[in-house]
Amino acid sequence: MPPTPALKDYAQADVNRSLTPEDKIHFFREMARIRRFEQTALKHYNGGKMGGFLHLYIGQESVAVGTVSLCGEHDHVITAYRCHGHALAVGMEMNPCMAELFGKATGASKGKGGSMHLFDPENNFWGGHGIVGGQTPLGLGLAYGVKYKNQEGCCLCYLGDGAVNQGAFHESLNIAALFELPVVYVIENNGYSMGTSQTRSSAYKHCLAQRAEAYDMEWDVVNGEDLYEVRAKTQIAMERAKKESKPTVLEIDTYRYYGHSVADANAKKYRTPEEINQYRAHHDPLRLWRRRLVEEGVLTEEQADAIDKEAKQEANASATFAIESPAPEVAEIFDDVYWETDNNTEAANTGRHFFND
Amino acid sequence: MRELLYRHAIREALDEELARDENVVVMGEEVAEYNGAYKVTEGLWDKWGDKRIVDTPISEAGFIGMGIGASMLGVRPVMELMFWSFHSVAFDQLVNNAANVRYMSGGLCHCPIVMRGPANGGTAVGATHSHCPEGLFAAFPGLKVCSPATPADVKGLMKTAIRDNDPVYVMENTLLYGTKGPVPDPEDGDHLVPLGKADIKREGSDISLIAHGRSVLRALEAAETLQSEHGINAEVLDLRSIRPLDQQAIIDTVMKTNRVVLVDESKPFCGVSAQITTLIQEHAFDHLDAPVKRVCALDAPAIYSPHIEDEQLPNPKRIIEKVLTLA
Repeated sequence: MPPTPALKDYAQADVNRSLTPEDKIHFFREMARIRRFEQTALKHYNGGKMGGFLHLYIGQESVAVGTVSLCGEHDHVITAYRCHGHALAVGMEMNPCMAELFGKATGASKGKGGSMHLFDPENNFWGGHGIVGGQTPLGLGLAYGVKYKNQEGCCLCYLGDGAVNQGAFHESLNIAALFELPVVYVIENNGYSMGTSQTRSSAYKHCLAQRAEAYDMEWDVVNGEDLYEVRAKTQIAMERAKKESKPTVLEIDTYRYYGHSVADANAKKYRTPEEINQYRAHHDPLRLWRRRLVEEGVLTEEQADAIDKEAKQEANASATFAIESPAPEVAEIFDDVYWETDNNTEAANTGRHFFND
Repeated sequence: MRELLYRHAIREALDEELARDENVVVMGEEVAEYNGAYKVTEGLWDKWGDKRIVDTPISEAGFIGMGIGASMLGVRPVMELMFWSFHSVAFDQLVNNAANVRYMSGGLCHCPIVMRGPANGGTAVGATHSHCPEGLFAAFPGLKVCSPATPADVKGLMKTAIRDNDPVYVMENTLLYGTKGPVPDPEDGDHLVPLGKADIKREGSDISLIAHGRSVLRALEAAETLQSEHGINAEVLDLRSIRPLDQQAIIDTVMKTNRVVLVDESKPFCGVSAQITTLIQEHAFDHLDAPVKRVCALDAPAIYSPHIEDEQLPNPKRIIEKVLTLA
């Protein structure tokens, strides 16, 4: 069984008791911003304004906001292709994120990465990565770097429930435990590996995180709809990483309302409308947090509406910014491939990197 | 000038760079306590300890990905692949992460990592241990690939690779580790060989043999025989690095000799030699007195049989035969 003794009310955990009303309202605002960002992105994707895929995070907002809220100066974040929520949670502005989705030169990656590849090293955010499980060894490397530099910090490495079946993930767990690296693997379990439910894709008995036992690693299961619980249990894992340099696997139960990506918009193929409605009605992390704050007397309904409205306006403004931004120049295709070419070093003038002349 | 074994030249490069930059770490299977599967890293663990010389599990996707992640944070890992043939186990990390992270982040992230180890066959280790992936990795923009033939070149290129801010893949060769050659003395200054600069290993006027890696030595052997037995004076151009590629040196030698045989230990189909043939066709066609010819590995998986393995590789006999068809 999971090692953390269950609290009746995670609001009473030390890490949550110390929160100010402003902190709590901040979390609501961040979740609202992520949701409004995503809804706005979806609208414009459906309007044919974006290319490629769009992996929406709607329904999972409490995971990114709750876990990232614990990050300090030397903590790092890396994730997979469902990365908008993490990007906004670490502090990226909506404008460069939205412009990146639109493939504009003002995008966070100058239109070279797209929806799956938002990066912000200044905020210790090392990207969305496109291959299922491919980011899990990179997270290991970030933790290695922290330890190598003798910093007190850790890496939060996010993955979906589908990624737990990738070899790279298992190799990462083995090395994390063997090398005692300060990494916290956060499995955001939304129940579906693309269109294949977890029961049809993962051999398991009780949960996915329990696989950590095979690597002599601590693990825990978290109810993702409760922001207090997310913070309380993540904090224990991050402390373990920072104080003992030990890794943890956290499995946070959550749900996505939309398909794996907008390309599989017909998510009803593999799950019923009743199931989706049930989550929307009773397990929505944003609504639950809002209700909680109203009950605690931290927030009024009117204030909550106002915050939500601001988030919506910010998202709409970011879309306007993106639409009005220029596309990258064709010549920029050759930028950002090689460091020395961009920096016009002597080495860049030796030999040739490109072969399309 | 003193002479060093190829493997010791690499070790000297690693040792000097470990001393120069505290962010440099050497990682891989058996590189530390075991002293290196090919004794390239012999003695480094004793000297530098656990923090700088790191044994990893046999877990290529895991530890190579870890090196890439660490490089994003400013560590400069030099990763040993026991065989480059094992690239397939870590292919996702090598081509999706190392090659792309700079581009996908719009230049916000860097990946200063070196992957090194032996490529190619020649020691009867069979099909799964004899891959020759220079051309494969050179096909991915964002990566740099070199294939040094001599102790001096491997030392100089290795040091350059470690200081480079992009991922550099260094393809060595098991059969080169025991070869010996002159290497400048460290007391005479930092010995660096730039990436993307080819080297004429033998001046000649009648035909150009263009090669890289161990094929350079085979080409040199063939050139001596061509001179003594056939009176043909062959120039041997050592590419040293495949990407960046010294296109000018290739064009220059073609303009000088007007005849070319490419010697490439990889397979002919979509190989390095195919790329260079295209380059010559595009830029030096008018200077050719004969078609460009190639001597590559014979186009089948690497055979085990030690009795005929060398026949599959571009050996001097095959090179000479090919040159004589152009004479």
